[in-house]
Amino acid sequence: MLDGRGSINRRLGARLWLSGIWLGIMAALALFAPMVSPHDPLAQDLFAGRLPPFWMSGSDPAYVLGTDSLGRDVLSRLFHGAQIAFSVALVAGLATALVGSLLGLLAGYMRGWVDIVISRLVDIWMAFPPVLFAILLIAVLGTGLTSIIIAIIVIDWTRFCRVVRAEAMNQSAMDYVASAVVAGRPRRDILWREILPNVLPTIVALLTLEMGIAVIVEAILSFVNLSISTDAPTWGGMIAEGRTSIHQAWWVLAFPLGVLFLTVLSFSQFGEGLKDRFDPVLR
Amino acid sequence: MSAFLTVNSLSAVLHGFDQRVLRSVSFSIDTGEVLGLVGESGAGKSMIGKAILGILPSAISIIEGEILLNGEDLQKMRPADRRRLVGATAALIPQDPLTALNPSRRIEPQITNRLVDILGWSKSDARVRAMELLNEVHIDSPERVMGSYPHELSGGMRQRVLIASAFAANPKLVIADEPTTALDVTVQKQILRLIRELQARHATAMVFVTHDLGVVSKVCQRLSVLYGGKIIENSRVPDFFKGPRHAYSRALLAATPKYTDPDASLLPVDDAVIEAVAAEVLAADKEWRHGA
Amino acid sequence: MAHETVAEQLDTERDVLFSASGLEVAFPDMAAKPVFGRAPMVRILNGIDLEITRGSVLGIVGGSGSGKSTLGRALLRLVEPTAGTILFDGRDITDLNEDALRPIRRRMQMIFQDPMSSLNPRRRVGAIIADPMQMHGFDHISTRVDEALDHVGLPRSFRSRYPHELSGGQRQRVGIARAIALKPEFILADEIVSGLDVSSQAQVLNVLAELVEELGLTLAFISHDLSVIRRLCDTVMVLQRGDVVEYGDAEGVFAAPKAAYTRELLDAIPLPDPQQSGW
Repeated sequence: MLDGRGSINRRLGARLWLSGIWLGIMAALALFAPMVSPHDPLAQDLFAGRLPPFWMSGSDPAYVLGTDSLGRDVLSRLFHGAQIAFSVALVAGLATALVGSLLGLLAGYMRGWVDIVISRLVDIWMAFPPVLFAILLIAVLGTGLTSIIIAIIVIDWTRFCRVVRAEAMNQSAMDYVASAVVAGRPRRDILWREILPNVLPTIVALLTLEMGIAVIVEAILSFVNLSISTDAPTWGGMIAEGRTSIHQAWWVLAFPLGVLFLTVLSFSQFGEGLKDRFDPVLR
Repeated sequence: MSAFLTVNSLSAVLHGFDQRVLRSVSFSIDTGEVLGLVGESGAGKSMIGKAILGILPSAISIIEGEILLNGEDLQKMRPADRRRLVGATAALIPQDPLTALNPSRRIEPQITNRLVDILGWSKSDARVRAMELLNEVHIDSPERVMGSYPHELSGGMRQRVLIASAFAANPKLVIADEPTTALDVTVQKQILRLIRELQARHATAMVFVTHDLGVVSKVCQRLSVLYGGKIIENSRVPDFFKGPRHAYSRALLAATPKYTDPDASLLPVDDAVIEAVAAEVLAADKEWRHGA
Repeated sequence: MAHETVAEQLDTERDVLFSASGLEVAFPDMAAKPVFGRAPMVRILNGIDLEITRGSVLGIVGGSGSGKSTLGRALLRLVEPTAGTILFDGRDITDLNEDALRPIRRRMQMIFQDPMSSLNPRRRVGAIIADPMQMHGFDHISTRVDEALDHVGLPRSFRSRYPHELSGGQRQRVGIARAIALKPEFILADEIVSGLDVSSQAQVLNVLAELVEELGLTLAFISHDLSVIRRLCDTVMVLQRGDVVEYGDAEGVFAAPKAAYTRELLDAIPLPDPQQSGW
């Protein structure tokens, strides 16, 4: 055949690579934070307060990215912040995906009363303002890493549920599902073997997006001091602190903000890239 | 007197591929004449119509050849001038009557917009003209249809509206891109008759893109058979249906089902025929490369 | 008792594999649903009676909205009928639940209109054909997959391909291979050539015609195209807006259609002939 169908190759986007590399580096730093950090992230040195980063005059080579107003090393705090951010992203992201996708798949595929119950629940759930909801939850559960993760799951499962439900409904209407029925496949089997694999790219894209959101939520909660203990090196906490001394020491704010921005962006780009890659029709 | 539309050795490529998707396509159409472009999917037949109208997808670019519309080479014109000229002289009847109409707007502005925006008509003149046109495409209650949204009309009705809007500005050239493929046969017959009637009344030059040889035999005077973006046969319609010259055209005609002749019909196209025509296209490619 | 024997005899003489009587299907019309309460029902099929003799090919034809696809799917219990009964090989399957249907499912298969959407895009051709056989506990599955591919004229090497790597005609032949691999008695073919180019259309139809002969299949063939129906079918049913307007043997229907709608359909077909009358 001369018509070029089937020979169309999608170029594997640079965004998958760039975002993947950034996330890889950050994940590695998070994993080995205690080993690669030049200083104890909590150690204060009031004589070395507000030291600028290495390229500016008055900097100290021991503090590459400078220090905050209490003389804590910004670089080490960033690394340890990554640890917290990535733990939250991974655990909260996966758990949210699991809960939301499962309910979404059931609603979209079973339809009927299952769908009605789940969909109404989602509607009601989404009517609560999420930030208030989170603050309320933390107030009840107390601060701490676990509380943050639980708060994210409780608030964000609806995102997965809605999207996955719609996608499962789309896929259920496809004839390959009808052909599985014709073949005599039991309903439960059809859900796992036929529909789930086709909804998976959507779930993966959402999952990485959710990881980004988890990082942001954690940062927001730290920013309003509802996360872990006040002096724990979280990105949000660093941003909150940096804000107070923006005119004297911009780097205390700028570095965590930049890292946070790049990480969240990378998560969403990575997901989109993976989705394209996953799709056998586009591949 | 030269033809109204002349396409001269037009070649196009898909970005990132060195193979051409249109291969030195040449044809011409006189005023009042209907040319059928026939081929199977991937033959490039729709692409030619899009190339003439200047609406090729961005991944496809024309690398050589000329498109002469009333003697003016479209390829050499500035994009804005080209759009103006094409907008004023040519029109498209699209394949899918559902997606070709904006679902959130009423029918009236969708017909009159071109008249008002491109040709500078007044709104009331355009409205009168739109009513005339809906009458011309045999819509019984033009008032009601003008105020309707696309989803309130049947597929056949929508196609009538699109035909009306195509003929709104008295185009000298109409490109019909598989205009009846999405319709039921009974509706198809009405629409084909309507297109024929309007084309004859306005003496429009028309390019009729289709995969259906039956349809070609009803509306076209001449036809070009395409394979792999190359025209492999040009014939007058009566001659073609007496006996196509090219083996591939013969195979296509033989594969077209005919309910009147159930046993003789449906000879599948032989692989050898496909291979032969593919080889012919590739040989022409080689020659073209040497020439270039 | 004597009465029953006579009935049985009649049955074996005509050997009806599939039959339906008074089959009705209705869907809720969500566009017309009031704010509270149930949506009104739109009837798609208005009481259809049909009988398909073993080894015969029934063509079901009609325009869009005639209910032809719904009829096919209702026969296979993919769409729930609102009234009427469906008998398969003498057994009432109208109210069987999915578990009770499963053993019967193997015996009635379906080929779909859009091979792209009916073949799971994430599975290879070999797995797509093998899967239903595994479920029904067939042995020598690998050999059977090869045989099925042979039957539809596809190279065995296609087992390792994905659906999107095939042309439309080849995909449709995979759909046929999957259906016949289960050795069914009945196959429903729903507009299986309407998305194909004429060249592959002819190929698919010929493959199907050969299989009907070779394997003694019983076939219901749904199409909007009377020319295609003519090629393949012994009996023709013409549907219009959920009603049967004509039902009879193909020869007769094509030679002397009784219903005005059938005549209209026939007259509207553009034959590849510039001299065709009525245009």
